[in-house]
Amino acid sequence: METLIAALRSLLPHDSVITDPVRLRTYECDGLTYHRATPGVVVLPGTAEQVARVVRLCNEFGVPFVARGSGTGLSGGALPREDGVLIVTSKMRAILEIDLGNRRAVVEPGVTNLAITEAVRDRGHYYAPDPSSQQICSIGGNVAENSGGAHCLKYGFTVNHVEACEIVTPDGDLVTLDRMDPGYDLLGAFVGSEGTLGIATKITVRLCRAPESVTTVLAAFESIEQGGEAVSAIIGAGIVPAAIEMMDALAIEAAEAAVACAYPEGAGAVLIVELDGPAAEVERQFAQLREICSDAFELRVAADPAERAAIWKGRKSAFAAVGRISPAYIVQDGVVPRTSLPGVLAAIDRLSAEHRIKVANVFHAGDGNLHPLVLFDDAEPGAGERAEVVSGAILDLCIEHGGSITGEHGVGVDKSRYMPRMFSEDDLDTMQLVRCAFDPRGLANPGKVFPTPRLCGEVPGVRKGVHPLVESGKAEQF
Amino acid sequence: MTLAATGVTVRRAGEKDAVSGVAPRWVALPETVEEISAVLRACAEQDLAVVPAGGGTKLHWGHPPERCDVLLDMCCMNEIIEHAAGDLVVRAQAGVTMDALAAALADEGQELALDPPFTEHTTVGGTLATATAGPRAFRYGTARDLLIGITVVLADGTVAKSGGKVVKNVAGYDLGKLFTGSRGTLGVIAEATFRLHPLPAERRWIVTRTKVADLAGETLRRLAASQAEPSAVDIDCPDGRNATIAVLVEGSAAGQRAPALRDVLGDGTITAEPPDWWGLILTDDVLLEVRFPPARTAETLAAVGETRFSFRGSPVTGQAYLELWDDVSEEELTAAVDRLRARLEALGGRVTVPASPYEGVDRWGHVSTLPLMRRVKERFDPGRRMSPGRFVGGI
Repeated sequence: METLIAALRSLLPHDSVITDPVRLRTYECDGLTYHRATPGVVVLPGTAEQVARVVRLCNEFGVPFVARGSGTGLSGGALPREDGVLIVTSKMRAILEIDLGNRRAVVEPGVTNLAITEAVRDRGHYYAPDPSSQQICSIGGNVAENSGGAHCLKYGFTVNHVEACEIVTPDGDLVTLDRMDPGYDLLGAFVGSEGTLGIATKITVRLCRAPESVTTVLAAFESIEQGGEAVSAIIGAGIVPAAIEMMDALAIEAAEAAVACAYPEGAGAVLIVELDGPAAEVERQFAQLREICSDAFELRVAADPAERAAIWKGRKSAFAAVGRISPAYIVQDGVVPRTSLPGVLAAIDRLSAEHRIKVANVFHAGDGNLHPLVLFDDAEPGAGERAEVVSGAILDLCIEHGGSITGEHGVGVDKSRYMPRMFSEDDLDTMQLVRCAFDPRGLANPGKVFPTPRLCGEVPGVRKGVHPLVESGKAEQF
Repeated sequence: MTLAATGVTVRRAGEKDAVSGVAPRWVALPETVEEISAVLRACAEQDLAVVPAGGGTKLHWGHPPERCDVLLDMCCMNEIIEHAAGDLVVRAQAGVTMDALAAALADEGQELALDPPFTEHTTVGGTLATATAGPRAFRYGTARDLLIGITVVLADGTVAKSGGKVVKNVAGYDLGKLFTGSRGTLGVIAEATFRLHPLPAERRWIVTRTKVADLAGETLRRLAASQAEPSAVDIDCPDGRNATIAVLVEGSAAGQRAPALRDVLGDGTITAEPPDWWGLILTDDVLLEVRFPPARTAETLAAVGETRFSFRGSPVTGQAYLELWDDVSEEELTAAVDRLRARLEALGGRVTVPASPYEGVDRWGHVSTLPLMRRVKERFDPGRRMSPGRFVGGI
């Protein structure tokens, strides 16, 4: 490590290589704070070329590297390696180009998600994926995690909004993956690979036109079942809202305690439905929605952006808010088919009672993405373990119902052990083929996503020699 | 194990089974994922090369295979496994035709929002393997954006899946994206799961004719950015001079939204039916595909106008197919492709040649990530037995 650090210092400006133990500790975890590791060394490159050189050095020394954006990830995807280099992209924060004619922006990976929207908002555009951490999370991190957000029900995820990525491959090559290029969709494979296939150093994102009209509705129901029925009815009516969010009584209580969001009193569930699009369409859908929500005991409609923000305030603060009603909690992220929601919520209730662990439910109801907040008192002996059991059992429920162990937070270190429950050994081995193609030495963010890191080794079977001209792309082989 | 010992229906190939002039020895007709796996295992043991085929509409696209022993005809994999209407999700075997799928989904008021450029015989697997999409990609994305789960069979018979049957899912690598557009060179697409959309309540097309020379970039930009939210804009330009522009608006209140889009165009007819060329490939003995930055549509049309190719495609997604209606010599085609490629690459675009009777034509142009693609191919198909040589760089 000492020789590597010396080599890094010769590559990068003095203040871009961090070895001071106190400063290293500030990078020991991401948003998932119960996994910690002090990185061997932290570097803050300012250019793609510097990232590439650092990665090449890591190759030379056989040292693993981990990329980190703003460190807001919730699955430990940016958990450093004590024996490795942490490459932090926070100095790469330039918006390089805004091209409204082609509805594109080209940005460096350290640019925050919201900064892109802020740069084009006054010209009537925005960047659609909106993870809750959008004020601070970096676009590079979004690419690694294929981040979603409340509005991905209608608009899709990061992968649907990235047109091209310049990346540093695990070998240290600087290449551009572009949706326009013929050949395999390496860009599609790269987005969401959690830093295991390389580091994005320049990202071309698609910009969306701001909708003509937005209507945000808060519907309060006596029970979660009624709320769930309304969600099914909305989808059944052929409406695709921009977002459908639901919170249960405990989550509402927490939000109330934290931000005084003034949701209707006595609600067993609130539903936030946002309709957007052409005014004429939104108007018709709103009329349908009003009818569908006839069981709601209160229906609020935001008349202006301030009222819309007030409705969203409770939802957006929900994760942090549970801190007000519980000393400790686990944020879970799982997905079930939307139609399985009622059964899964009832099963979570049973788990909660059985293990004497409260669970507050906040979820993206439109796409069946649950964020149960598993509450416990870390001062009470055994409570943390019971919470872990409930949290894990919720993922099992998701798998049982044909869902997923993560809808947007990623696998990281946190859920790699659940991967074999969702995928067969053959599925995982096949995914490893992609990894081995990009990273045969296993240096890019090892230990993440996959439960048991496998060595890539030689390609099995008959291997025909590739002509050097073909390898370099100068000639074709038929 | 021999092919015959797998128990899968296998027949001797005939002349009609040739893939771009390369005749296979046998045609295998698997009916299940397990049967595909058994066939591929047998082929691995015997070192037989395999070309998967769906409806055959695009089987002549790409290079002729280096070798082709077995044509894997997916026609019997024609079951819609599950349509979870309440979840807006469908899982289907790869041999299901897009028509049959559309009909079944329409019964529940839903659709897979992909419009492949051929109306008949096109299958789910073939649409995915070639990543073909239509004009509505502007709103809904392409096949890779709507695919949420996939089951594939690798060259050694391994059955693997990724994704699942929920739209929101970031667990593991997305093999679906890798296989979409892989032209049968990484393995066989056996089953696919898609996210669906409700069938639009109304559809209106606004159609107008114009001279290419009068086509203003500003008009196209305003269409793309219109808050009336068109789902698609398509241009048909048969001769390089005269063009028809059609704009699709769909959803509730489409009729109310259409006039705003007509105003952007200046004039036009509003109809409930598409023009007869809408989103289609009508001839593809020779076919070019161009991609270009939407803001460079006018220059792209001008460049294509200097050739004998017709242009049909989207000025808002920046993708078009170029068709040729009469004979062309190899020399002439090669020169036209090289010239057009130079012009479009200078604009930030790309030219590929999905279909050509001549092998002297550079079908793909320079692809900078080819070395990485070769590494992927080597891992998935080290014996080069899956559609060998058919894709970019002779992969």
